[in-house]
Amino acid sequence: MKGRDLTELAFRNLREAILRNSLTTLGVAVGVASLVAMLSLGVGLQTLASQRLNKSGLFDAVFVSSKRGMRFMGGDGPRPTTKKNAPNPGDAKVLDEPSRQDMAKLPNVVEVYPQVRFLAEVRMNGGSYSTNVLGLPDSDRANGTFDGITGKAFSSATADEAILQSEFAKELSPLPASLIGKELILRYARRHETSSAEVANEKDIDQQMDDMMSGGISIVSQDKKLRIAGILDTDPSAGFGGGGRVFIPLRVAENLQPAQPNDVQELVRTRGSTKPAYMQLTVRVKSPKDVLKVEEAIKKMGFNTFSLLDATRNLRLIFTVFDLFLGLFGSLALTVASLGIINTLVMAILERRREIGVLKALGATDRDVRSLFFAEAGAMGLVGGISGVALGWLIGAALTWGTSIYLRRQDLPGVKISYVPWWLALGAIAFAVVVSLLAGLYPAGRAARLNPVEALRYE
Amino acid sequence: MPIDQTPAQPSGLTRDQAQTGPLIQAQNVSRQYRLGEAVISAVNGVSLEIRAGEFVALLGSSGSGKSTLLNLLAGLDRPTSGAIHVGGRNLAAIDSVELARYRRDTVGMVFQSFNLLPRMTLEENVELPLRLAEVDRGEREARVIAALEHVRLGARRRHRPGELSGGEQQRGALARALVNRPSILFADEPTGNLDSVNGEQILLLLREIQSTLGMTIIMVTHERPLAERFANRIVVLSDGRLVSDTAQAPEYVGAGHQLSLPSGAKS
Repeated sequence: MKGRDLTELAFRNLREAILRNSLTTLGVAVGVASLVAMLSLGVGLQTLASQRLNKSGLFDAVFVSSKRGMRFMGGDGPRPTTKKNAPNPGDAKVLDEPSRQDMAKLPNVVEVYPQVRFLAEVRMNGGSYSTNVLGLPDSDRANGTFDGITGKAFSSATADEAILQSEFAKELSPLPASLIGKELILRYARRHETSSAEVANEKDIDQQMDDMMSGGISIVSQDKKLRIAGILDTDPSAGFGGGGRVFIPLRVAENLQPAQPNDVQELVRTRGSTKPAYMQLTVRVKSPKDVLKVEEAIKKMGFNTFSLLDATRNLRLIFTVFDLFLGLFGSLALTVASLGIINTLVMAILERRREIGVLKALGATDRDVRSLFFAEAGAMGLVGGISGVALGWLIGAALTWGTSIYLRRQDLPGVKISYVPWWLALGAIAFAVVVSLLAGLYPAGRAARLNPVEALRYE
Repeated sequence: MPIDQTPAQPSGLTRDQAQTGPLIQAQNVSRQYRLGEAVISAVNGVSLEIRAGEFVALLGSSGSGKSTLLNLLAGLDRPTSGAIHVGGRNLAAIDSVELARYRRDTVGMVFQSFNLLPRMTLEENVELPLRLAEVDRGEREARVIAALEHVRLGARRRHRPGELSGGEQQRGALARALVNRPSILFADEPTGNLDSVNGEQILLLLREIQSTLGMTIIMVTHERPLAERFANRIVVLSDGRLVSDTAQAPEYVGAGHQLSLPSGAKS
């Protein structure tokens, strides 16, 4: 029999026992839905975790520090990997502007930027508030860091704008959203290099001699007017290296020349050289797979490096195992549904015994009969699979909706915890058809083997 | 003895086979069934030759083995021993696919209980053999209509079997048996579920088909008067054995006789 005739007859037969076949198909749909809902939850959570981590810029970044540093500055950040036979810190290469330029020229490097974080005082509405200011690189505007922002991201890389962390915004005003568009004054300590001439006017001769040898820096208080562009719930640095409460464009932050915690350390170490050195540089690469090569190249340049590549691998492994378990639990429902298919088709054989006899008397081969039952099982799988994917997507959407409502009540931003990618939808439909065909294997074989004379005698 | 008759060339057979040798040749055919410990011989050493174009009635009481023999000749069952040659093929030796092809291409079957599929309309039932034979869709409709017109059921093609009378259902079953242009028509008690008027109409149709299309017809019946009125040859079975084989001139003479079947009307 031709495929089209087979399909027509199969759907015709399914329509005739509409209630029973619908219930069986519904069983398949529920099985597929549970599988899709479970896996969409796994995929959704994995995507969410990856997005959050990607936003933090930790996985496509190599963190570089000078081998002089005892450790990375800035709180609980990761420690650099230092070799046992590392050179004497005093002789190590300085992490300065030329080194930064060299790194930027490496292949697959998108951006090299320093971490600029400093203490400042925000003055607004007659009050003053102490806080941490963090410079954010321009690439953050494109990588989803500012998703969910109230207001807008920085209008340009050099805009005199600030984005407030929501908790800090609440300190400034009970209605944080009303702050957007207003101006604040940032009072901070500016690093000012002192020239020898300036020193000569103020110091005695002994001191002048010392200063001629070593130079120095002075700290001056300075104000900067910034416009509040937006308010962000999340911390773009993911708390890595300390975080901040007021964010400004990195280039603006660099131009402010704020005094940073390592200034004094560097001054002592270099015996007064005022040549600016970076505490730490972040090298952002095109994709996480480029991290390893770039890291090697920077190490060869004589710097300490650190990346979270291994952490990503572990995360993937954890989620793969998680998905596997979710898939297994989801498949249980489909297994039960496949028993439903077997039951329905075996019942159909009993009911349609005579019909099978007639078909064989009219010249149907065993293969024709087997194919017909297979087509019916496959059709139930296909229809059940498609409706199951739709149902699973709805369950996932309902979970996301419910979770978001709960999170909002807890004053947290809503998240998409369920995600049905195309491969999951197609895979689930294909899986449903395959399981249904497997379930149809026994009934179809039994129907095909029926003796036509006995089948025709059946009342 | 076989009646000498020049039939139309049956499908699947060469002209030589159709004209010279017997169309069907059963040699010492037996069919035994195992029923628990007991072995039952439904057909026991039957040998029979049927020439193309004959109208053979297999007569016998209940349990005589006539239906079993018909099933063996129609390729629905295989003999336990012996050979059945049809058009040069031994049905006992060919594989199940070839046997199915034989049923599809060479044989048409009519049953006592009509066996139309109740979920399908009449035309869908008649179309079934054409679907199995993978006949092109374009050709199917014309052949279905022609077959239904042949049995005067053209107007009832969209009805389901449940909406038809017994006589109409059997005529529908006859149309289904004829639609694939078989060379042999097997009828198993075709009048068994019909009243005498409808039964006679079916036999009139069979006779007409035999005489106009030259088709070979093998009919199982337990009603001797019907067999004597319509068949050219009466083969009697008892306890699975062939007890008599008589050629006869049927009382009914088909030529010029008009069937009085209203097209599409309930009979």
